[in-house]
Amino acid sequence: MSEQSHNAAASHDDHDHDIASHIKTYLIIFGALLLGTVITVLMYYVDFSSMAVTVGVALFIASIKAFLVAAYFMHLMSEKKLVYSLLVISAIFFTGLMGLTLWGTHDTPKNTLMKTVYVP
Amino acid sequence: MQATDTHAHAHGQKGHSHDHHEPGFFSKYIFSTDHKVIGVQYGVASLIFLFFGFLLVLAMRFQLANPGKPIPVVGALLEKLLGSDMAPGGNLSGDLYNSFGAMHGTIMVFLAIVPILFGAFGNYVTPLQIGAPDMAFPRLNMASFHVYFIGGVVMFASFFTPGGTARSGWTSYSPLASVTDLANRFDGQTYWLIGMVFLITSSLLGSVNFIATIIQLRCRGMSWMRMPFFVWAQFVTAFLLLLAFPPLEAAGLMQLMDNLFGSSFFLPQGLVVNGTALAVSGGGSPLLWQHLFWFLGHPEVYVLILPAIGIVSEVIANNTRKPLWGYKSMVYSTMSVGFLSFIVWAHHMYLTGMGTKIATFFQTTTMMISIPSVIILTALFISLWGGSIRFNAASLFALSFLPMFGIGGLTGLPLGFNASDIYLHDSYYVIGHFHYVVAPGTMFAVFAGIYYWFPKITGRMMNETLGKLHWAGSLFFMNCVFAPMFIQGFKGMSRRMYDGGTTYFEGVDPTALSLNKMITMCAVGLGVAQLPFIINFFSSIFVGKKVSSDNPWDATTLEWATPTPPPHGNFASEPVAYRGPYEYSVPGAKSDFTPQSEKP
Amino acid sequence: MEIPYTYKARPDTGLYNAKVGIWLFLASEIMLFGALFSAYILLRVSAPDGFWPDVALAWPRGLLNIPIGTFNTAVLITSSVTVVLAWAALKMNNFARFRWLMVVTVICAFAFLGIKSFEYNDKFSHYVVRLKDGKAVTGHLEVNGKHPGFWNFADQWSLGRLEAEKVEHIEIAVDPARDIHGHVKHVEGASHDHAKQKIATADIAFLGSYTPATHPFFAVYFLITALHGLHVLGGALVLAYFAFPGAKMWKTNPEQFTNRIEVGGLFWHFVDLVWIFLFPVVYLL
Repeated sequence: MSEQSHNAAASHDDHDHDIASHIKTYLIIFGALLLGTVITVLMYYVDFSSMAVTVGVALFIASIKAFLVAAYFMHLMSEKKLVYSLLVISAIFFTGLMGLTLWGTHDTPKNTLMKTVYVP
Repeated sequence: MQATDTHAHAHGQKGHSHDHHEPGFFSKYIFSTDHKVIGVQYGVASLIFLFFGFLLVLAMRFQLANPGKPIPVVGALLEKLLGSDMAPGGNLSGDLYNSFGAMHGTIMVFLAIVPILFGAFGNYVTPLQIGAPDMAFPRLNMASFHVYFIGGVVMFASFFTPGGTARSGWTSYSPLASVTDLANRFDGQTYWLIGMVFLITSSLLGSVNFIATIIQLRCRGMSWMRMPFFVWAQFVTAFLLLLAFPPLEAAGLMQLMDNLFGSSFFLPQGLVVNGTALAVSGGGSPLLWQHLFWFLGHPEVYVLILPAIGIVSEVIANNTRKPLWGYKSMVYSTMSVGFLSFIVWAHHMYLTGMGTKIATFFQTTTMMISIPSVIILTALFISLWGGSIRFNAASLFALSFLPMFGIGGLTGLPLGFNASDIYLHDSYYVIGHFHYVVAPGTMFAVFAGIYYWFPKITGRMMNETLGKLHWAGSLFFMNCVFAPMFIQGFKGMSRRMYDGGTTYFEGVDPTALSLNKMITMCAVGLGVAQLPFIINFFSSIFVGKKVSSDNPWDATTLEWATPTPPPHGNFASEPVAYRGPYEYSVPGAKSDFTPQSEKP
Repeated sequence: MEIPYTYKARPDTGLYNAKVGIWLFLASEIMLFGALFSAYILLRVSAPDGFWPDVALAWPRGLLNIPIGTFNTAVLITSSVTVVLAWAALKMNNFARFRWLMVVTVICAFAFLGIKSFEYNDKFSHYVVRLKDGKAVTGHLEVNGKHPGFWNFADQWSLGRLEAEKVEHIEIAVDPARDIHGHVKHVEGASHDHAKQKIATADIAFLGSYTPATHPFFAVYFLITALHGLHVLGGALVLAYFAFPGAKMWKTNPEQFTNRIEVGGLFWHFVDLVWIFLFPVVYLL
């Protein structure tokens, strides 16, 4: 059994070149992530005058960074179908949880108060 | 990932020598990684909790029927154990009644039914039915049981904390849950939350293990559509647990913060308790707790019922000597139920001041989910048609599951509709409805499963006469207990009055009150009806009739192709599935059943 | 029978058991953190309009230390790239390189936790004081010439404790003023160096540190970051185990060992991924 696995490991040598190019990708992604972090922080000091835009920009950059991590570091670029379907399922339920909860707490009968009010 | 270590050890030894030396007591029964031992561990622990939960409700029922009278025998003991402000004169105080109610719900749902369906039957049967040597991660499996056990101990210990155990219902609604005992931050509610975090962790470990096992360890030839329906039910159930439990874990942590650190996740601004303003910052949302709780709570209902349907399907197919009718549509229905169960949760919350749009949305999805449920039930009913049914204890329980679950499901429809729910909410009607699903429903399936798989687990048959006696008593008393609750509910009796409604109903509607007496007597009868089962269970382990073959029921699925009881590693030789799971009475076959493992 | 596919991929799924297991676990983690983020959004949108601390329950902005947070983000990203490089090193049969990359990863993890605990501590000694005339002041508290709460969460002051211990006045190193976006206001001629202000106990209507009890923002901030921190700690311990005692397996079964690093790495990247969202959400927005 263990001999077999040694052979399997040895066969990786053929992929050495392949892996070397991977390493280059990893380092590029690393740079991109650091750059993304800097941009997010810089955006904080930009006054968009609208909260929606501020949130949108920050989450957009965060999503790009998350995509880079998931796609390259977690190898989701070339993963098996099973993993994708699993992630799609949990993404759907996550959206349902967040969306329906927010909708549920904000769709209220008329003249009811959902927002906390400030009483000085 | 840890699980694979055993593998590495095996390499060091010569050949496969793991059967050579007999493991000691602890490694064999306490720290075993064998899925069958863990299944039995789960089974024993959850049956004990089941019994305990039943005792709690017996005390409550006695008080409901006889408000003001001391509870016989245990009343004095309760007073001694929990103090005279909790059980004055052998009565349950309002607080203690609430505690018992909360713990009855918690214990039954999280410590008894889920573990027995998912932990016990799931663990024991699933790997056998898919032809696997064990679960994919045996040590994770062991950890799952141990974490469950710790959770159970924490829950049990909370009875003896100063101020008593949790008493805000099994739903633990905030702000009530955070303000019941302000003087004592580390109160029963906090224990409850810590216990829940353990139980949730256990379920998560279990569900990861189940899904990985079913995906990865199916034996050769065991394609998805050749899996027994029980395995499908476990598969969908595991997904429900995997994805629905984490939000409750998050909510539990938030409530723990509210209780321990005085934060205000679920506490609104300007909260007044007993006439004094509460010294918290406020700004939280009580609705958030309910949303996160019911996001688990509703899928949990299907966690309680899907494996039960799985058991019933196995027993029915075997005892009608016919293939399940519409196996594929049952599988797809189960998947639809699983999917839809994630988007129906707020039908538990119609009374929280929901807008009409969102209420309509949840009412629509609720009606949609009843369609696949009805398909499953109908398919099972049609499966009976034209079969030569064997009436043994297992099949009697499975057969009576069908109408009982039908009643439970159909009485749920008025609760799924917004308009009728507003009238029925929080009344005894609700109690009747969900107990019909879980008590005569799920519990009957559990009993069917015990009678059916007992010979595989122990190598001995259970006594049929005692089994039938158990069935008759249970069926009769279950209905006498839960059917009158619908009437009480229609009469508007609230489910939360510790004196059984005497305060409100005396002189108004005596029938609602007199039903209390009848229900209590029948509840005691239900307890007595379990005696044949308990006697049967223990005596059969030692003196039951020994099985004459590995397949005493002439069944087709793979668990019957193992030695009895199955050894560590399960199968004597690598099993192969050559056909579908329910090849009964195939025309031209040499017997009326063709096992999955039989070569064509 | 042995359990199959412990490190060889099953032909029809193309995956080994542990990889299926870790992705399932991560799916449930998505729901866990998803629920917490949902709670964050819900609490935030139902908070009253206005600017904290002037409006008591308005959502505060810019309270956390952005330079430190940015640095911590960089630390975590670095550890994420080193763990994937460590896996690549194993694939290239370079165990020595694997080990030092793993060591860097674990060091980064503990650096992250250390910096985080420094931030936590800062919040424990930071107070908001609401005066009876309606004004609000925030800053580091000094009682009897001492900074309370320094590395001691239990040493917290409240108005009740001030009165009980008959403290007549407190001192506050007042924070610089902020504009509506939470940015520090640059007022001409004003000094930015935390001027001390003396406040008599009799004038105080409310006093609370930057802890969960004071505001839902702190509650949600502490809960999510603490849970994330626990994930970092757990991951770091596992990775450290792989780097040293668990590395024995490299000799006996290199393929399975490489798989373990891959699985551990997947968890680690997920922890990084959560932080990528957490950082802008709690620090910047």
